[in-house]
Amino acid sequence: MCSENKEASSRITWEGCSVLLDINDGDRLVFARLSPAAKLKIGNKNCSLKPLIGCPFGTVFQLDSSSDGPFLSPLQPKGNVNNTEEIKDGQLNGEVRDNRSLIDNNTAQSLTGEDIEDMRRQGAKGDEIIEALIANSATFEKKTSFSQEKYRLKKQKKYAPKVLMRRPVARSICEAYFKKYPLKIGFLRVDTLSLLLSMANVSSNSDILVVDMVGGLVTGAVAERLGGTGYVCNTYLGQAPYSMDIVRIFNLSDEICKRILRCSMSDLLSQKESQQQNLLNDESQSNDQMNVLGGIEEISHSSENAISDLGAENTTLPALRACKAAKAGEKASPEVVDSWKENGFSSLIIAAPDVDTWTLVKDLLPLLSNSAPFAIYHQYLQPLATCMHNLQLGKMAIGLQISEPWLREYQVLPSRTHPCMQMSAFGGYILSGTKICSS
Amino acid sequence: MMLASHPAKRISFNRTIGDGDLVIVYERHDNMKAITVSEGSVLQNRFGVFKHSDWIGKPFGSKVISSKGGFVYLLAPTPELWTLVLSHRTQILYIADISFVIMYLEIDPGCLVLESGTGSGSLTTSLARAVAPIGHVYTFDFHEQRAASARDDFERTGLSSLISVGVRDIQGEGFPDEFIGLADSVFLDLPQPWLAIHSAAKMLKQDGTLCSFSPCVEQVQKSCDALQSCFTDIRTFEVLLRTYEVREEKMESIHGDSNGSNGSLPCKRRQCSDGNYVLSSHTSSVMARPCGEARGHTGYLTFARLKCSS
Repeated sequence: MCSENKEASSRITWEGCSVLLDINDGDRLVFARLSPAAKLKIGNKNCSLKPLIGCPFGTVFQLDSSSDGPFLSPLQPKGNVNNTEEIKDGQLNGEVRDNRSLIDNNTAQSLTGEDIEDMRRQGAKGDEIIEALIANSATFEKKTSFSQEKYRLKKQKKYAPKVLMRRPVARSICEAYFKKYPLKIGFLRVDTLSLLLSMANVSSNSDILVVDMVGGLVTGAVAERLGGTGYVCNTYLGQAPYSMDIVRIFNLSDEICKRILRCSMSDLLSQKESQQQNLLNDESQSNDQMNVLGGIEEISHSSENAISDLGAENTTLPALRACKAAKAGEKASPEVVDSWKENGFSSLIIAAPDVDTWTLVKDLLPLLSNSAPFAIYHQYLQPLATCMHNLQLGKMAIGLQISEPWLREYQVLPSRTHPCMQMSAFGGYILSGTKICSS
Repeated sequence: MMLASHPAKRISFNRTIGDGDLVIVYERHDNMKAITVSEGSVLQNRFGVFKHSDWIGKPFGSKVISSKGGFVYLLAPTPELWTLVLSHRTQILYIADISFVIMYLEIDPGCLVLESGTGSGSLTTSLARAVAPIGHVYTFDFHEQRAASARDDFERTGLSSLISVGVRDIQGEGFPDEFIGLADSVFLDLPQPWLAIHSAAKMLKQDGTLCSFSPCVEQVQKSCDALQSCFTDIRTFEVLLRTYEVREEKMESIHGDSNGSNGSLPCKRRQCSDGNYVLSSHTSSVMARPCGEARGHTGYLTFARLKCSS
């Protein structure tokens, strides 16, 4: 999470850096922290993540075996282009093959599992095994070029798994969680998150008030957009701050981490900062530590969901200690809190599925500067409708609107373009508006 | 100024409207106008005559009254409000597409972004917000007058230090060589985007992102074809917004002859045809339903990432 500025903006990984590993085109998504000791299990093989250190983001690695065991090595882009060309030609020339003579009796493949193990022992690479499987398939030649490609892909996933290393940014983190563990982020889809950031006018040098009960995703995304200017004030009801462990997955620089502050709602709503709060401060800090650890537990427990923080299992603890200097989510100092009270926040984002929307907004809206925009996320419509109605009655805001984004992906292929067969049918609702001066 | 170049310049309880400020005059959610405040000027609309001099010294977000007693609100400009009030010299991008483009291109403060065409500058304004305070947007349009108008707009919204507008035919000539290998992201909104894709690839940093916006599926088909050679992670989306209207409606409800009336509601006894009395009451509740009309299509967004050559 914390690192030198130079590194955080880098497109090349470093030791201690957080990465998103996409295994076999999204079949499995894993967040990991790179270190020489970190290991990733792919299928039944344990391989070191050390070769990933110092490589550019976007690099694809392939799992190979050597006498020392399985290892990951960068894959040179090749071949793919030709395959696509072949398919295109197949389409253009008019496909003549079809599946009329394919019989599913499990005899098409003449290589046995033992044969394949033998090849492996003799040091055959994944690609060589795939070629052997194709050569020994009685039906491969009769398949259409499209299903040949499918066959090849299926075998590649099994015998030559690929690992794509991505930058953990708001987009990739939100997509990974939405795909594998949506409950943790309150079913907040990436297009909805993007709208929250726009509608709340998140821009440099602003002070953004955030109620984030979606694991820290909104806090991290806002901090990313502030780029080390302004503040994100992560506020919470009661004594214990909400979990922010997703923030640690972003590679935020020290400068950016320092801009993420926590402040309880009662402190924000009280008239003056008092000495007493400094005592409470220590308490909530230790509370917070427990929350972070709790979060790690939660993540590693959910490894059957295929989303995990590998670093957490192996090496995160030392890494965490190393960057303690600029931990994200320090308690806001009384001076900063007073300046927020004096100037007002620039905008407000709420993603709090478990708190009544209207009562939150009623309390928090007066903390915003006049003309400040706000955006409130909810996966249910009714709390937002009630809130909107009350804001209208109270003449507290204008430009009120409830929107629901709709996102559809397309398959684009020569002569085979159409919407994807599966889509997310729901990404949540947003209530947005602008606070006006109370008359 | 739309963006705070300094923390002290952001909107706050203590910042008031001054002579020369850009304000968004809000009549209704579907009727807004951008006005530069000028001491001696007036705004005249169906609500009456508003003197600018009455606005000066008031906080943003204030309600101001006209000579006839009508009122409007004065808002601080944001890229979202600007998109709703800017003069349309071309078809423009709206909030759903804009937000998704910025998120999916992974644009954050400090990025160098290339855009073509500039059009009416709707997306450009949001790009500038995303790269501020230290990044830069270089935007190109082949239409000289359009580029000049966009430059004027960026001057007016206070974004000219973040945006450079160039006059150039990107489809014909590609992006200028001075940007080779420097761009974090490239955005194309061109009639034949596939002609610019080769140049865009040269401009991008390793793992850099590209987006092409096209209204027609045939354009998407050709663009995706052209992207195959240098790009990976090629994905095409459509993003739309459904909006809701919220009303409080009174509805009659009929309870069987139970005595469990919920007290506070106005109730009356009514005789049914079979002679029994039932309790009927009016309840009012807040309800939401989708608005009847919506934008059905804006364009397809095709994203891609420059292949890694490690």
